[in-house]
Amino acid sequence: MGQPRVETSRQVSDEVRKTTCYMCACRCGINVHLTSGKVTYIEGNRDHPVNKGVLCAKGASGIMQVTAPSRLRAPLRRVGPRGSGAFEEITWEEALETAVSWLKPLREEAPEKLAFFTGRDQSQSFTGWWAQQFGTPNYAAHGGFCSVNMAAAGIYTIGGAFWEFGQPDWAHTKLFVLFGVAEDHDSNPIKIGIGKLKARGAKVIGVNPVRTGYNAVADEWVGITPGTDGLLILSLIHCLLEAGKIDLDYLARWTNAPLLVNSAEGPEKGLILKNAESQPFVIDKRTGMPAPWDGAGVQPDLGAVWQGHRTVFQHMAERYLSEDYAPEAVAARCGVPAGRIRALAAEMARVAFDEAFELPVEWVDFRGDRHASMTGRPVSFHAMRGISAHSNGFQTARALHLLQILLGTVEVPGGYRLKPPYPKPVEAHPTPHFVAAPGKPLSGPHLGYVRGPENLALKEDGTPWRIDKGFTWENPFSAHGLMHMVIPNAHAGDPYKVDTLFLYMANMSWNSSMNSARVMEMLTDKGEDGEYVIPRIIYSDAYASEMVAYADLILPDTTYLERHDCISLLDRPISEPDAAGDAIRWPVVEPDRDVRGFQSVLLDLGVRLGLPGMVNPDGTAKFKDYADYMVNHIRRPGVGPLIGFRGADGAAEGRGEANPDQLARYIENGGFYQAHVPEGAAYMKPWNAAYQDWAVATSFYETPQPYLFSIWSEPMRKFQLAAEGQGFLQPPDHLRERLKLAMDPLPVWYAPFGEEAGEDFPVHAITQRPMAMYHSWGSQNAWLRQIHGKNYLYVPTAIWEGQGFEEGDYARVTSPTGEIVVPVAHMAALNRDTVWTWNAIGKRRGAWALDEGAAEANQGFLLNHLISEVLPGAGRVSNSDPVTGQAAWFDLRVRVERVGPRDVAEPVFDTLPRVVPKGRGRA
Amino acid sequence: MHPAPSVILFTVLSGAGFGFLALLGVFGASGTAAFFLWGLGYGMAVAGLVSSAFHLGNPRRALLAFTQWRTSWLSREAWASVIALGLFAPQALADWLGFDWGQGFWGQGFWGRGFGIAGAVMAGVTVFASAMIYAQIRAVPRWHHWTVPLVFLAYWATGGVVLAGVAPLALPALCVLGGVLALHWHFGRHAFARAAETMESATGLGRIGAVSVFEQPHTGGNYLLREMIHVVGRKHAERVRMIAMVCSVMLPAMALAWLGGVTGAVLAALTHLLGALAQRWLFFAEAEHVVGLYYGQRGAGVASGSGGRAR
Amino acid sequence: MTGLPERTEKKLGLVIDLDTCVGCHACVTACKGWNDQGYGAPLSDQNPYGADPSGTFLNRVHSYAVQPDEMPAQIINFPRSCLHCEEAPCVTVCPTGASYKRAEDGIVLVNEDACIGCGLCAWACPYGARELDQAAGVMKKCTLCVDRIYNEALPEEDREPACVRTCPTGARHFGDFADPESKVSRLTAEREGFVLMPGMGTKPVNRYLPPRRKDRPEEASLLAPLLDIRAGGLAGWLDRVLGKI
Repeated sequence: MGQPRVETSRQVSDEVRKTTCYMCACRCGINVHLTSGKVTYIEGNRDHPVNKGVLCAKGASGIMQVTAPSRLRAPLRRVGPRGSGAFEEITWEEALETAVSWLKPLREEAPEKLAFFTGRDQSQSFTGWWAQQFGTPNYAAHGGFCSVNMAAAGIYTIGGAFWEFGQPDWAHTKLFVLFGVAEDHDSNPIKIGIGKLKARGAKVIGVNPVRTGYNAVADEWVGITPGTDGLLILSLIHCLLEAGKIDLDYLARWTNAPLLVNSAEGPEKGLILKNAESQPFVIDKRTGMPAPWDGAGVQPDLGAVWQGHRTVFQHMAERYLSEDYAPEAVAARCGVPAGRIRALAAEMARVAFDEAFELPVEWVDFRGDRHASMTGRPVSFHAMRGISAHSNGFQTARALHLLQILLGTVEVPGGYRLKPPYPKPVEAHPTPHFVAAPGKPLSGPHLGYVRGPENLALKEDGTPWRIDKGFTWENPFSAHGLMHMVIPNAHAGDPYKVDTLFLYMANMSWNSSMNSARVMEMLTDKGEDGEYVIPRIIYSDAYASEMVAYADLILPDTTYLERHDCISLLDRPISEPDAAGDAIRWPVVEPDRDVRGFQSVLLDLGVRLGLPGMVNPDGTAKFKDYADYMVNHIRRPGVGPLIGFRGADGAAEGRGEANPDQLARYIENGGFYQAHVPEGAAYMKPWNAAYQDWAVATSFYETPQPYLFSIWSEPMRKFQLAAEGQGFLQPPDHLRERLKLAMDPLPVWYAPFGEEAGEDFPVHAITQRPMAMYHSWGSQNAWLRQIHGKNYLYVPTAIWEGQGFEEGDYARVTSPTGEIVVPVAHMAALNRDTVWTWNAIGKRRGAWALDEGAAEANQGFLLNHLISEVLPGAGRVSNSDPVTGQAAWFDLRVRVERVGPRDVAEPVFDTLPRVVPKGRGRA
Repeated sequence: MHPAPSVILFTVLSGAGFGFLALLGVFGASGTAAFFLWGLGYGMAVAGLVSSAFHLGNPRRALLAFTQWRTSWLSREAWASVIALGLFAPQALADWLGFDWGQGFWGQGFWGRGFGIAGAVMAGVTVFASAMIYAQIRAVPRWHHWTVPLVFLAYWATGGVVLAGVAPLALPALCVLGGVLALHWHFGRHAFARAAETMESATGLGRIGAVSVFEQPHTGGNYLLREMIHVVGRKHAERVRMIAMVCSVMLPAMALAWLGGVTGAVLAALTHLLGALAQRWLFFAEAEHVVGLYYGQRGAGVASGSGGRAR
Repeated sequence: MTGLPERTEKKLGLVIDLDTCVGCHACVTACKGWNDQGYGAPLSDQNPYGADPSGTFLNRVHSYAVQPDEMPAQIINFPRSCLHCEEAPCVTVCPTGASYKRAEDGIVLVNEDACIGCGLCAWACPYGARELDQAAGVMKKCTLCVDRIYNEALPEEDREPACVRTCPTGARHFGDFADPESKVSRLTAEREGFVLMPGMGTKPVNRYLPPRRKDRPEEASLLAPLLDIRAGGLAGWLDRVLGKI
């Protein structure tokens, strides 16, 4: 008998449709294979700029998401008590009319009574615009509990951030240092990059309490104590300064290091010294006299003292040369030996300066100075939630940017490169808009970058305009809002009560809230009048998440393969350092249920409410649906949601009139578009005239916006001045001291507020995202839940042995806020004072169409129950970064005690009534 | 290894059945007794074979198992069993129906039992092939040992004579079986260690340091965990070992020696079979497959190291 | 068919780089996705939304803690799938000839039409490379994507196993080990690729590249302070530093 003949050339499918993944926030390109009209296989799109053909575990399991039994099937109206899960199916007409009957009076009388917050929304420029047209100041997405420290610190310092808004120069970097990067955003690009570094043997250093994932492949691991990254970074800066290993030329030319700091006592103390034209200036080394900061040929003197005013450079050096930042002084606190800190600094300096190289690219800077080449400094950094989700996260992120700047490694070959539309300085961003008036739209976008106390969203009586108290003295730079405070504040009526809470894709009664159990109570709490404290809740989601049971009206969304979406340059594009890029999703299959894409529903509501921009003068709909909006909406003249194939002939890029064939052209092109940065403009973008001109042409800004990196942050100093008593706008007294501390114009480290828990809670507790799960979504996926169906609390050796833990044991984990009882496992590659677990594996029984006996609902658990949404003490101050309002998830301090073997984790909640039937077999 | 009832039943029943058949083949029986005795032997052997089919994912294709006799012990077992059953058939008919060429070993000369003796040899080959299915598997060090065919053959021979209640043959056979079992368990105890496969060699990471499981590849179940990384039974190993020795060797010996007669024979047969079942259960349950190393399951009583969990 | 081929023309297999694998499980579900609709029966799942979900996967990623002497513990991610052994014990034990090693390229395959699901091949494999599908009752294993690597309906660049194509870090490489110039052969030579459990005598084709040396002992500063700033103060420091321009 011979070998059987194997069919090796079978046709894979009938058709391939190319769209954008939504199994996480990465937005990779995917090839969706269809056979007889059904999705049969999903793989990465090789031509796509984000993933270049590769796809992660989540993306490749998308086929199990579009068939998941947890999918909602039709609009629902609550008929029993809230949280009881008693719903009736209604028609879309009924659903929309119900929503309109709630929203229309609000708009006419008090638009701020609508709080509209979107979770994992990838259409924020649209949802924000809708909220703006409605006229409520209460809009934001989930950035406040996700990334705003990182985003804001980046914008205020270098005009662009970590996260997915920039990336190391993978082609040239020789040393890559990750601070607190777990698998979360930009995951495939980072993995591709690390793969490139590994292929050529470049060095990777991971600074993280936990050695998993990227840190597991790092050549060196620095197992830092959570919340002390800023201190470590400032100590590295101390070492570099001490040794003179800083890029003086870079500092003098591209940063505000040579600007002068006003030293005169009074309202201007600490602000950047300005000339008669209100322009900052430098002292020219050639003349010793003041010269314009952007003057051609000027050689700024970093060491200048002008009429007693010293340069930013001197202030900075003075601070960080202090022995307070010596490695020996910080080692114990950081959990990193002093020798190790010095060795790290040495390694960074060696690569930055001894392995510097010249890239033979001619360019002209904004001063008009011509350069024959670009100097490469092949050290690059990346950071994410690990440093961001602390109450000192903003300053820590700023410290890291300062480290990059001192080494001269931002926007240079081999360093960290921003992706268009970044770099973009604070000045090019809007300020917040928040003034609500009956029947009127807001005058501009909600979210923006505050320049000083005058931009705060405070009413004349000093109370907040926004329900989340965004842009107030509590968190002045809350550029993403504070979604985590919306329900607690609305429940407390602080600063006021709302009528309707409208949420999209945010699991606020479970893993997306601090203190989830309390939030469930807030959602079901009734006032003395017998009415719910939060009277109405509209929720849109595609799946039967834990939040669904708490809504009054459910607007079922489609899955990502059944919808239009727009990954726009107006919010969160898919650019690369070498190209601006945007993308679409389109319905590669039609929904088999009575569901509608949320954005189209929002437009429909907009028409029914008569919102400006959404209706024609005759009251008819301006846009048929979201797809129509994507093509025909005009944000600024010639600028719409998509930059590609604009103009009547589809040949225009960036600017141009709407093109009715635009979506067809996108689909033809694989679902995305790229506008390539011209050669010679790829690096030094903030100062590179060629880049600035291209950015204007491509619509990112209206005029060139060259700027200096802000080592010294003037907006911050303005708040510090106010806290010191200067100026008309004054903070409340209970916030003065923390403003003085947190709004330091130079990066500073202070202990995270969580430390106030005291000695009874000696252990840090943090979470990480598993690479194969995205938030709560993975558990409904037949394949992914087999990989991560339950989670353990990983415990370091000292605690494991100290408590006498054994395999199968559970631990009682206690924080000042609550207590959980959870399964433990030992991990040696872990900071000695830290425990951690995978995020959002724990599920509530009855949710996500899972069986009551599912491991996720029995052994799986959340740390959320241990985290308070407010800080101890009076005033309901949110447990957030005092600068940005970023939720301080990772400040959590706990105590861990052995309780022996158990079967079920605690707390246990009642089983959620089912809004969809329990899943059986695979579809 | 997972002690699947179908496979335990199969090996015990067919082992004892073929032993009994072999005895009948050599010594014969006559008349109605022959019908029932041959029937019992055939019944057990065939029931065992049928039971083995329950272990198959696709029993409908079972006939294909005859094709690979050149390399596969399972295939050889299939052939041997069919040949043995075929060879026994004329002898059984002759015994039952009283054909004169088949009357008794002593009465009609050696060739009078030619088919029976050939069948007995093939029955032995069948049991040996069964044993080799396990003994050939290097990935299960406890099985990969010359004592395994010895144990199977010892049970085969003992089973036959115990079922037949022939005390003079059974008592020495039981003694041999006891010795073989002791030997098998003795070598089994350190078989895994002798194979010298560890988590370090399984992963090749021993060059860096001591290896333990940080996180399992899946929290859900899979075939490997159920089939090859069965750990539930291991903690009962000592007790079951005792039961196996007492039931399959000591009790039958006592029953035959002291009780005697039909009662003694029946009791001996029942306890022996019970003991064989216990031994066979243990044979699977305490056999560790090296794939367990990947899951940090290094065997009974050995901690799986930092963070190691079955699931 | 009953035995292993004397020699195979090619030795197709994988190189898995343990220095690079971040343990993301991309290869796990990419493999599941492809083979769920590819060669042979789909890869079924039992109780996919139930209390004890279970399913057939042809590739699994383990994660190990490794504790060196005197150095911090490491975590090494470790993908495990069929190694397409030269002396494949799973092939010779098969009673039906369903399991075989292809003479042309060395791929170990299961002819599902002939598989009776006895499970013996899975027992014989030291590496846990085979899982018996509970719905189809046939043995499933890595096919090295035999229906991709020669598939003329696919673009040339896609003719590689699904796990290799999807791996975001590029930690998986596919090629012919019989060709000393192939990428897999070169990587194996350069990075000292090793085989798993050589003592089992299976002669695996797949190779694993060991993690590079990690961490280093604490050492004294390599970065000498420019001068004693305590003596010179900030002014002295500025003079020294800025004198450099």
